[in-house]
Amino acid sequence: MSIASADPPIWQHRTPRKRLLLWVGWLACVALFVWCWERMTQRTIWAFVWDAPNAAADIGSRAFPPRWSYMERLWGPLWDTINIATLGTLLGIAMAVPLAFLAASNTTPSRWILRPLALFIIVASRSINSLIWALLLVSILGPGILAGILAIALRSIGFIGKLLYEAIEETDISQVEAITATGASQAQILTYGIVPQVLPAFYGISVFRWDINIRESAILGLVGAGGIGAQLNASLNTLAWPQVSLIILVILGTVVVSEWVSAKVRHAVI
Amino acid sequence: MSAAYPTTWRKPPQMIQSRGWRIALAIGAIAYLVLAIGSVEINWTRVIAGMERAQRFVAGFLQPDFTTRWRDISNGLMESLTMTFTSTVVGVLISIPIGVGAARNVAPQWVYYICRSIIAISRALQEIIVAIFFVALFGFGAFAGFLTLTFATIGFIGKLLAEDIEDIDEAQAEAIRATGASWLQLINYAIQPQVMPRLIGLSLYRLDINFRESAVIGIVGAGGIGAALNTSLSRYEYSSAGAILLIIIAIVMVSEYSSGYLRKWVK
Amino acid sequence: MLRIEGLTKTYKTGDKALSDVSFEAPQGQVIGLIGPSGAGKSTLIRCINRLVEPSSGAVWLNDINLAALRTGELRRARRRIGMIFQEYALVERLTVMENVLSGRLGYVGFWRSFTRRYPGADIANAYRLLDRVGLMAHADKRADALSGGQRQRVGIARALAQDPELLLIDEPTASLDPKTSRQIMRLIVEICRERTLPAIINIHDVVLAQQFSDRIIGLQSGRMVFDGPPSGLTEAVLTQIYGEEDWTAMRKGASDEADAEAEEKAQTEQMLRAL
Repeated sequence: MSIASADPPIWQHRTPRKRLLLWVGWLACVALFVWCWERMTQRTIWAFVWDAPNAAADIGSRAFPPRWSYMERLWGPLWDTINIATLGTLLGIAMAVPLAFLAASNTTPSRWILRPLALFIIVASRSINSLIWALLLVSILGPGILAGILAIALRSIGFIGKLLYEAIEETDISQVEAITATGASQAQILTYGIVPQVLPAFYGISVFRWDINIRESAILGLVGAGGIGAQLNASLNTLAWPQVSLIILVILGTVVVSEWVSAKVRHAVI
Repeated sequence: MSAAYPTTWRKPPQMIQSRGWRIALAIGAIAYLVLAIGSVEINWTRVIAGMERAQRFVAGFLQPDFTTRWRDISNGLMESLTMTFTSTVVGVLISIPIGVGAARNVAPQWVYYICRSIIAISRALQEIIVAIFFVALFGFGAFAGFLTLTFATIGFIGKLLAEDIEDIDEAQAEAIRATGASWLQLINYAIQPQVMPRLIGLSLYRLDINFRESAVIGIVGAGGIGAALNTSLSRYEYSSAGAILLIIIAIVMVSEYSSGYLRKWVK
Repeated sequence: MLRIEGLTKTYKTGDKALSDVSFEAPQGQVIGLIGPSGAGKSTLIRCINRLVEPSSGAVWLNDINLAALRTGELRRARRRIGMIFQEYALVERLTVMENVLSGRLGYVGFWRSFTRRYPGADIANAYRLLDRVGLMAHADKRADALSGGQRQRVGIARALAQDPELLLIDEPTASLDPKTSRQIMRLIVEICRERTLPAIINIHDVVLAQQFSDRIIGLQSGRMVFDGPPSGLTEAVLTQIYGEEDWTAMRKGASDEADAEAEEKAQTEQMLRAL
């Protein structure tokens, strides 16, 4: 009977030390959250916040029904918006593709100079939202579609460049090796060994970015870079809520259509 | 000797089989490009005048001025960072039940449709448009920004989480179900272990995105560093703007590297 | 004719993959290279066409020392060395025809290859090779639509399209079932006979190596420990190469397989004619 006097082993999910660390980690997160919350709401006027439901109801009642007759003045800006997205994407692709080949570790011609430079351009382009690019370009080039196209293009470089160079780095090395073994030149190895492997990813990435760009180009007009956002801005400034609601419906419709197109194309490619 | 074999070969079309469609698509694409490029009006005198500003901007970017507007910058930065963190935390917490509810394999039909439509609305509305509304409702400042980012986070995480749950290994869920586990136990034992690392990865990724967005929504008055950027650009203070942009790029780079590191550590 | 002299490869990590390997491969001889994994078989083959740079030694192919060539000359030398890979290494998303034609890349300029406008003779030759390996009907299919055995046939056709003086074959049957393995090995040997090509086949399956090669070279930790006819592979030799194991069991299985093989051969020929 006394044989089993030793404590039976207690099954534990984690070791005590790990549990302690986990608790400390969670506690630190909660403390950080509380501190951040305090800092953030320092200048919040809570009266506005509590009044928000009334304000929402007020705006809602004014915004409906949308002013449908305003639609005839939206076709032009809508066409501009689509053009900004499409031309911007094309321009972005044209710049991103060479950059991606410079940035991918298996195709870069210079590992210590061009590759870090290409990577920096990609990060810089990705960090800065197209609206900020637009703000900058409008202040340089003046308002208009051109600033919008360039803003979209500059933002797209980073996105397409990053995804594409990752795709290039993930290519199957044995296919490249096989092409090398036939005595092919560098350019031939690229076009036969690597390009066919990354082409589906490339189409998918481009169409995906185009879809995002349609959304982004819809608001560029807020800072004067052309497209339907300019109408939105004007309507907001004059508090013409029925027009605002119509514009938002149009933007939503465009987004839904572009998402459908992009899903179809990606499905066909992959 | 080799005359029996053909001496020409053409690659068969890969995507569109019909020749008529290929030609029609090519013509359509060219026509669209001509029309679209034609609709771009370029005011060359304005562009040339802008070149001088572009030069000053590049100079400002190369010699950033952190000091003159440091108060605006540091306030904006603090707002951006706190907004980013709180909105990611709250957004992720809200998106977990919504993501579970939007997964076809664990949620009942009616919950599925409700959660899916919440996600659809959140994803369809551009952050900036949402920010405009929240500013109109809650007044200028970081609180409107916080709500905007939270709202956007719900759609993002909710959708990806739901897809992950739908993709889980059914065999593991089956095994847990076979033990007679309740629904909550099923989520805890079969779903959570499979989805958790992805969820942490996604949250870190969203943290990154939220920071970048927090730099933008300030332009429409929702607090953060974007307001400072907007001011300095509209005053043509390019060296301050350059400083702000460099700070944004630096923070994004740091967060990207550290989140990559963290994600590896979580796995 | 291929002559290898004192070939040595030491990797950066300090691992010695090959030490002082020397042998000669006369015209039309099929050499089976056997040895346990990590013995340096794959490195040896890749040192010949310099997909892996040898540390020292010489590789003479018809009075040219491949080990001493500069980039441009190396490319010209590589086009006369056909290589067949484990896992086929086809460009999966290109058509079968493009894969075969890619064997001509060293002979045509960039624009010709980019626009797929190969010389008529190359195209006729590619069709002839596809016919030879029994894939005439599949020319316009994408490579990833084929079965494993079919893909390896495309790999063979690609190597032959180079009009090679030497075939390097790296584990051609590693991802194929036993029946297909035999078919592929037989095809390779037949082709070497037709063209009196020397071939080096790196293969881990001793039975296959014995059955299909004229000569066996055994590698063990980067050193040649056996060089002789297949009949010379006694148990003592195999033990020296691979370590202790019961080899008789494996031999018995082989004779059973030989019967099944004759039946299969008739069957495949029938199938090939139907294509």
